[in-house]
Amino acid sequence: MTELMVETHGLRRTFKGRGKTVEAVRGVDLRVAPGEIFGFLGPNGAGKTTTLRMLATLIEPTEGTALVAGADLRREPGRVRERIGYVAQGGGSDPGMTGRGELVIQGRLFGLARKEAERRAVEVLEALDLVEAADRTVGTYSGGMRRRLDIGIGMIHRPRLLFLDEPTTGLDPQARAHLWDEIRRLRDGGATIFLTTHYLEEADALCDSLAIIDHGLIVAEGTPIELKRAIAGDVVTLGLNGSTDGALNLLRSAPRVREAELSDGTVRLYVEDGDLALPELLRLLDGAGMPPSSISLHRPSLDDVFLRQTGRSLRDEAA
Amino acid sequence: MKLIRDTWLIYERSMYLTLHNPVWVVLGLGQPLVLLLFFGPILNSVAVSSAGFPPGGAFNVFVPGLLIQIALFGAAFVGFGLVAELRYGVVERMRVTPLSRAAMLLGRSLRDVVILVAQGLLLVLVALPFGLRIDPAGFVVSLGLLALVGLVMAPISYSLALMLKSEDALAPLLNGISLPLLLLSGILLPMALAPDWLQALAKLDPLSYAVTAIRALFNGRFADPAVATGVGLMAVLAALAIVAGRRAFARAAA
Repeated sequence: MTELMVETHGLRRTFKGRGKTVEAVRGVDLRVAPGEIFGFLGPNGAGKTTTLRMLATLIEPTEGTALVAGADLRREPGRVRERIGYVAQGGGSDPGMTGRGELVIQGRLFGLARKEAERRAVEVLEALDLVEAADRTVGTYSGGMRRRLDIGIGMIHRPRLLFLDEPTTGLDPQARAHLWDEIRRLRDGGATIFLTTHYLEEADALCDSLAIIDHGLIVAEGTPIELKRAIAGDVVTLGLNGSTDGALNLLRSAPRVREAELSDGTVRLYVEDGDLALPELLRLLDGAGMPPSSISLHRPSLDDVFLRQTGRSLRDEAA
Repeated sequence: MKLIRDTWLIYERSMYLTLHNPVWVVLGLGQPLVLLLFFGPILNSVAVSSAGFPPGGAFNVFVPGLLIQIALFGAAFVGFGLVAELRYGVVERMRVTPLSRAAMLLGRSLRDVVILVAQGLLLVLVALPFGLRIDPAGFVVSLGLLALVGLVMAPISYSLALMLKSEDALAPLLNGISLPLLLLSGILLPMALAPDWLQALAKLDPLSYAVTAIRALFNGRFADPAVATGVGLMAVLAALAIVAGRRAFARAAA
């Protein structure tokens, strides 16, 4: 099999601030295969960006080792930098420069001669649909255009591995869909994409494989389908009036119910054969004099995966 | 070789940005010109009737001081531009490229020095009709000294900007440093006119040596030991400032 594009072992990072240390990343093992879109999913503050910045040589790991694009992160950060592209969440272009100007200088920073960099800038501008805006200053760009330019800056030197930190945060749905297409096209062109996101839909729709991080630790990994399948069966959500404890115990002992948990006043059940379980559950609760105020059945989503692993809903945080 | 190429790239980009938004260049030159026009003539009258004024006309005392002032204020505040670049993410973006860390500092500082020298030339041209008499060779060396002062101040300003990362923190600090440096250096009036305790204090101000040196140069007195002292001191300080600044750029930001 081909060499992994990213492989980390026990990657750790603590920050020391006034008297207290914060463990932002607490031992992360990641494996990213070449040619895939790898999604790093987690709520704000989970350690996504810290991990990404370590892998991009911007901050040094406190502990652990990593191989990034075939180079050792700690021993050869210079070689890592030559082989990767990095696009920060806030981007990295100056509003006073033109889009073309930023692309050309970035190419030259990677050693391209001026002519070559200019030619490559035209290619990137065309690929990202920025030709008309090429000679305007970045300050006049819309959010989506700016994000596309930032990605163009990150890929000007044709890196094998492109890191994107929250690439679609703050974009309207149309611009986001447009950007997803660009990212897929990059992958189809042979690049490996490592992106962070706190959007479940994005992770589900865009990523070939995923790792979920929470409180600095990986809590689940796999393809979106694998992750969802791991929550075998279906999810039933129940709203209850009055005493929930009694109902919870009752539900736990019901047939087909594998697991029941309470969060924010609603009960979530992981059940087999949800369509059969639903009427049974209703009868059970009615018989016990505890009719539910609401009930719904759905196929597991990545949100369920997240909720199952962390006990919290990512959706609440993202909102 | 790579260092020179990288420095040039950063210089080119910085200069492009400066020339497309030259507010600071114009403002930086405005103050010395105002001083020259509105304060110079008064100083001239004082100089005629005052003992203890150094040799040469009032403008030969005053204009060299203004040059150092341009260097001091022009270069001290370049950190503001860097704070903006930090916020735009430009510095971080360039950290993840093979770009030499020293070039990040040197490219920007070179831009600052070139602007400084251009401002110095312009100021001297404007001052000539007022009665400035200048030794041409001395003036050329003066511009070199001016560049050295810029190479002291700009890296310090950049280092502080990288450390503080905010205009609000940077402004009072830079003002707090540059105003005493300015007054104690004898830029506006020669320190020979000051009481003894103030003169003693001025000896602690490295810029006072640069001012003394540049005044000697304007009058063509190359053999004056003040020239060697001023140039030597500025060269050493510039080297130290560049080393510190390079380290500030290289240090990974948290």
